[in-house]
Amino acid sequence: MDEFSRLTLHVPEPAVRPGDQPDFSNVRIPKAGSVPRPEVDVDPETIRDLAFSIIRVLNREGEAVGPWAGLLSDEELLAGLRHMMLLRAFDARMLMAQRQGKTSFYMQHLGEEAVSCAFRKALRKGDMNFPTYRQAGLLIADDYPMVEMMNQIFSNESDPCHGRQLPVMYTSKEHGFFTISGNLATQFVQAVGWAMASAIKNDTRVAAGWIGDGSTAESDFHSALVFASTYKAPVILNIVNNQWAISTFQGIARGGSGTFAARGLGFGIPALRVDGNDYLAVYAVARWAADRARRNLGPTLIEYVTYRVGAHSTSDDPSAYRPKTESEAWPLGDPVLRLKKHLIVRGVWSEERHAQAEAEIMDEVIQAQKKAEAHGTLHAGGRPSVRDIFEGVYAEMPPHIRRQRQKAGY
Amino acid sequence: MIEAVRSAMDVSMGRDEDVVVFGEDVGYFGGVFRCTQGLQAKYGKTRCFDAPISESGIVGTAIGMAAYGLKPCVEIQFADYMYPAYDQLTQEAARIRYRSNGDFTCPIVVRMPTGGGIFGGQTHSQSPEALFTHVCGLKVIVPSNPYDAKGLLISAIEDPDPVMFLEPKRLYNGPFDGHHERPVTAWSKHELGEVPEGHYTIPIGKAEIRRKGSALTVIAYGTMVHVALAAAEETGIDAEVIDLRSLLPLDLETIVQSVTKTGRCVVVHEATLTSGFGAELVALVQEHCFYHLEAPVVRVTGWDTPYPHAQEWDYFPGPARVGRAFTEAMEA
Ligand SMILES: Cc1ncc(C[n+]2csc(CCOP(=O)(O)OP(=O)(O)O)c2C)c(N)n1
Ligand SMILES: [Mg+2]
Repeated sequence: MDEFSRLTLHVPEPAVRPGDQPDFSNVRIPKAGSVPRPEVDVDPETIRDLAFSIIRVLNREGEAVGPWAGLLSDEELLAGLRHMMLLRAFDARMLMAQRQGKTSFYMQHLGEEAVSCAFRKALRKGDMNFPTYRQAGLLIADDYPMVEMMNQIFSNESDPCHGRQLPVMYTSKEHGFFTISGNLATQFVQAVGWAMASAIKNDTRVAAGWIGDGSTAESDFHSALVFASTYKAPVILNIVNNQWAISTFQGIARGGSGTFAARGLGFGIPALRVDGNDYLAVYAVARWAADRARRNLGPTLIEYVTYRVGAHSTSDDPSAYRPKTESEAWPLGDPVLRLKKHLIVRGVWSEERHAQAEAEIMDEVIQAQKKAEAHGTLHAGGRPSVRDIFEGVYAEMPPHIRRQRQKAGY
Repeated sequence: MIEAVRSAMDVSMGRDEDVVVFGEDVGYFGGVFRCTQGLQAKYGKTRCFDAPISESGIVGTAIGMAAYGLKPCVEIQFADYMYPAYDQLTQEAARIRYRSNGDFTCPIVVRMPTGGGIFGGQTHSQSPEALFTHVCGLKVIVPSNPYDAKGLLISAIEDPDPVMFLEPKRLYNGPFDGHHERPVTAWSKHELGEVPEGHYTIPIGKAEIRRKGSALTVIAYGTMVHVALAAAEETGIDAEVIDLRSLLPLDLETIVQSVTKTGRCVVVHEATLTSGFGAELVALVQEHCFYHLEAPVVRVTGWDTPYPHAQEWDYFPGPARVGRAFTEAMEA
């Protein structure tokens, strides 16, 4: 007899599946205000525990507490609430438009609005995001026109991308929003390159890479960390852990590592975990990372702990793989309701004003939609030209593409 | 066709416990196109499981398992996402037998939904078959119907070498002839939609003539087989339509026999034109049938641009464009 028994393959499984009682007892949630706030020039070795905690500012009572609180004014917080509400209303309308056949596809942010909306406010003009498809708040919070976003979603005659791209794959250099690619993780490392360029040119701009929990499994994620670490690139590396990657729970990508933030530790990159449903905490941590980058102290890895309340996309039905009520059991609550409560506690907001704002915001989105629809939707009204298929592949159209365009009759 | 693909894996897993199936979302959920639905429940989670989102990891581990003696059949969620795995496929899977002189081999199957027609934009519509046929050591299959899909996939799983199995996603729910404005017809109404339950194989490397004809030869595969058949009906040109089924190895004999008979040839594929698989086909026809040709060989393909979202049907080489090519070949 050998001292070793036979091997077996370990395949991780989520704690619950459809039909089971939702259970997040494994998510350890520290009290708001309990995680210390180090100086930005801290030795990363001394803050390794921040990769395993959760930085939170808003407590259950709606108060902002602890060392990460106190950075935003009433006006800034009210604007933040408005951005998140706008994004939510925008999503609701676009989901409906997709169901009505006005576009082919849509991806929503429900439950994750705080992450992109608050983050945008920690950056400056000239900085660059390399987003995924679930960070439209970066545009909304930078006052990018909603009509333009809708034109892109409807692939209509005014679509800035001329119908070439899948809905929600926006682009805006002016608004610090790099053109989104449908293939995952590729842009995480590009953010590092952009940041290195800023350093090479002795500029002052910083970059932010974005990736989902599931996509951290791609090699490009790891390439990004090693380049960022080696060159101390002025980049913020954002992991949005919304617990799911389509039907795959986060444990498949996380493996034996305790958290996604912990991925940064082996590279010597300061890694912070933050309550992604807490607007104030997201802003505070993003600001800390942006300050570090701007002071030439190098990269920061941030894991936003949040929950994808909606379906992955309009092609997905989550009831096939997770309990229907799981989102209600999510212990970090709803980002909009939490900020609303805080503003009420601060004495600058009320239930009545909130209800009124909700109606006004929905109206604003509907007005934008009307404007966009006047330029067409995917199958009706104004549409991009067939000519647009052939334009823009190269700066100058090579003869073989010109021949093909002519063959197509344009 | 989804059921056919699933049945092929089911039958293979039932017959051979070395067959394992994995990929993104393929375990509990059964894949975003539901091709592996029920396999985890039936065979357990060590034989059908979810993989991390890492295509190089999926193919790389499949190669390692194959070297051990398993027969992995992995799914890449969309063909457009195979690029991270390309290094593993081209430099590793394709060459392991050769460089080790058979000491190690790589019997893997890499399944991937391919092609457009679902408004998937540039990253859910690509047809990268020529990137595989250009690699020495890979076999490349593109089925056009459920019956073939099952028989070919079982053959692929039983094959001793790496096989790329491209499933035209627009055919998953029915034969699609390019008339996107018409309602979808189901496979149940099609003779090749009927799929026997048990084990059967279709040899890799054998084409099939889908329509006998004397006026010209059409060489097609996947979705374009149905488009070519529609174009033949609509133009009234008596085309002989060859469904390649396997691009590599290629059934040159069937092609040569047909073109020698008709003297005219049209090659169609959805992938882009330049350096597409059609270029190889045209070269072969030229080499083997030159003295029988009465007209230049015509290609109908996707344009040499990324696959657009809104202008999908102006990009897709539908029956009208294919029909015009028939006329061009006839009138030359
Ligand atoms: C390279 C690549 N592989 C697979 C896919 C298909 N896919 C699209 S989204 C997705 C899940 C991503 O999950 P996650 O990274 O957690 O982001 P989330 O959608 O949760 O925001 C997958 C597998 C893809 N787009 N690109
Ligand atoms: Mg996720």
